Amino acid sequence: MAMWTLDAVELARIQFGFTISFHIIFPALTIGLASYLAVLEALLLRTGKEVYRHLYVFWSKIFALNFGMGVVSGVVMAYQFGTNWSRFADFAGGITGPLLTYEVLTAFFLEAGFLGVMLYGWKRVGPQLHFLATLLVAVGTLVSATWILASNSWMQTPQGYALVDGRAVPTDWLQVVFNPSFPYRLAHMSVAAFLATALIVGASGAWHLLRGRDDPAIRTMTSMALWMLLIVAPLQAVVGDMHGLNTLEHQPAKIAAIEAHWENVPGAGVPLTLVGWPDMEEEVTHWSISVPHLGSLVLTHSWDGQFPGLKAYPRADRPNATIVFWSFRVMVGLGLVMIAIGLWSAWKRLRGSLFRSRVLLRALLLMGPMGIVALLAGWITTEVGRQPWVVYGALRTADGASLHSTAEIGLSLFLFVAVYFTVFGAGIAYMLHLIAGGPNSSPEDPKDAGVLRDTPRAAPAGA
Amino acid sequence: MGIDLPLVWAVIILFGIMMYVVMDGFDLGIGLLFPFVAAKGDRDLLMNTVAPVWDGNETWLVLGGAGLLAAFPLAYSVILSALYLPVILMLLGLVFRGVAFEFRFRASDERRHWWDKAFIGGSIVATFCQGTILGAFINGLPVVNRAYAGGAFDWLTPFSAFTGLGLCVAYALLGCTWLILKTAGELQQRFVRLARPLTLALLAVIVIVSVWTPVTHPEIAERWFSLPNVLWFAPVPLLVAIASWQLLRSLRNAPLMAPFLLTLCLVFLGYTGFGISLWPHIIPPSISIRDAAGPPQSLGFTLAGALLIIPMIVGYTAWAYWVFRGKVDASHGYHS
Repeated sequence: MAMWTLDAVELARIQFGFTISFHIIFPALTIGLASYLAVLEALLLRTGKEVYRHLYVFWSKIFALNFGMGVVSGVVMAYQFGTNWSRFADFAGGITGPLLTYEVLTAFFLEAGFLGVMLYGWKRVGPQLHFLATLLVAVGTLVSATWILASNSWMQTPQGYALVDGRAVPTDWLQVVFNPSFPYRLAHMSVAAFLATALIVGASGAWHLLRGRDDPAIRTMTSMALWMLLIVAPLQAVVGDMHGLNTLEHQPAKIAAIEAHWENVPGAGVPLTLVGWPDMEEEVTHWSISVPHLGSLVLTHSWDGQFPGLKAYPRADRPNATIVFWSFRVMVGLGLVMIAIGLWSAWKRLRGSLFRSRVLLRALLLMGPMGIVALLAGWITTEVGRQPWVVYGALRTADGASLHSTAEIGLSLFLFVAVYFTVFGAGIAYMLHLIAGGPNSSPEDPKDAGVLRDTPRAAPAGA
Repeated sequence: MGIDLPLVWAVIILFGIMMYVVMDGFDLGIGLLFPFVAAKGDRDLLMNTVAPVWDGNETWLVLGGAGLLAAFPLAYSVILSALYLPVILMLLGLVFRGVAFEFRFRASDERRHWWDKAFIGGSIVATFCQGTILGAFINGLPVVNRAYAGGAFDWLTPFSAFTGLGLCVAYALLGCTWLILKTAGELQQRFVRLARPLTLALLAVIVIVSVWTPVTHPEIAERWFSLPNVLWFAPVPLLVAIASWQLLRSLRNAPLMAPFLLTLCLVFLGYTGFGISLWPHIIPPSISIRDAAGPPQSLGFTLAGALLIIPMIVGYTAWAYWVFRGKVDASHGYHS
């Protein structure tokens, strides 16, 4: 019986991990693209240059596809806390529920309300009002991130609550929202969304340049993406470091697992294991290559500083080091490549050969999906790293699950996997197809006619 | 005395669900009516009558979920785990139909029919599941130790299957009358002709559910037919009769807005009937809104925002509908 219960929880975890991983791709791009579109429209209104109009129309089509997938995969998430995690919902609903409700009220409605005008309202509202709609959609995406990350961060580093009759009751909402990991997680995730989007925009430009299509629209989007990379990728390293130190303070077991740090040697600095295979059973890291003192330097910013090793925690309270050790290294490794490409592009830009360096363009093309990969790797690190807790230190994941049979959860998991791969697979193919088509480049292109151009207020037919 | 928070929240959630039923009701209804319209151009046009607003409509469903979690976490956890399979199927149905709005304009001509089928199938599954959930909810969900104590398939009964079909009829009529408002010419005439049998079908559904419910649920019968409830309840059948008669009459000559508004009246009356049957239970037949309410600090904190923001949402949503007012014709293709 106990075996079956465990299996149902594992299946529910796989289901949540699967649906949230698919979902997060779309809002991350929505956040990045909405802000990008707002910038493009601002530039268009200010300069009147055709190139910004073409880019706006082009990216808004991809944005529309992406947004639709974000909406439908997001509705699933809003209900999954109840279908699969009902005991968590009963325990923490008094805290996460209000945060999600605020997200719906202040962000989802704002985005959905102005999205129609943004995508389809060119001929029905004036240019200023249209820009306002784009701006409000962009603001909505960031507000949404703020609330959902407040909720997630509270589950990681809970405070401002009391336990009453076995349930979490809020005592101080400011403490709940501004919990210790919230500012770092919000900054880290928002920047990750911008980076992931910049890489996709940059890779799209690189693809067209490599195929010999070299026109102002392609150049402009490639150049904008590379500026973004140059400035924001190093910034992300700083934000990530701050986030890591915050995690060490509040979730030291997660850091111990990330670094595969088993125990301290009295008086000695902690080495940094670069690669290796952490073995949870034997409590050692096989085939490890490590640099002495570097762990102390990175995490305590001192030569001999120490932080708790995994053996300081009971086995049942240890996150899986094999997974988070590697997911963390994938994220950091990709981040370093992003910084390198940013610097490389700056050098090429100075030499005036930014759009002709095929090696750079190929690297940029290969990096296209890597922002998303890094973002997922980061989420795997933080979510697997906080196990076995769903609300850190307060509710274990296994105690938050609904009491379903394996058959029920197995069936729904199968359906989600089948439907998501089919539907979102097709959607992603359509997005790539649109990207391959590229933006329009001639001012007379009929497809862009009427889009933010003098915008006559067409009388609605038949009204 | 302070504000009765569980009561206010129950009203807000009832309002949210009502908004959802009305707004996503007509765009789900368009999916249900898709099989009656075959030409690609006409199908594009049907889609374009809701393309700018459908995700706003669906957001009310998200508000219902999040609001329930915030205000009545016990109800959220019990209802969703009790109705596990129909909820999951409904969500998957919404996935298929939601993506079809963009996908069918991106698909090649040979493949488009797949997304038309996804739109139709997804709309049917989502609507049927919502109606079934409603029927299962009226039937009641046993709760022991703050958890659902019934079986995985208890939700599927003849009654819940009937309410599933009934909701399909209601949404189809909402969609049909919405299209009378938004289309013109021969296409509009087709929906005018379709509206009559749909109205009669909906009337039959309302009558059957109104008989079936009290006959099989003595506690609901008692609630209906005891004083003073019976006095409150008496105008409902009368108003249903008047609204249906007016609706049928409005279809006779050059209808525009009236059929849609009268359908809204019918849906609203049906909705109040369910409300009267179940109040004040949030998990029938035993858990009341007070038993299921979350901590007052949670309800109060969220209420402040809800009272401030919901009117603004209603305001800008109305504005968005205003921007896209009037008939939609082929020249309003939104996709290129």
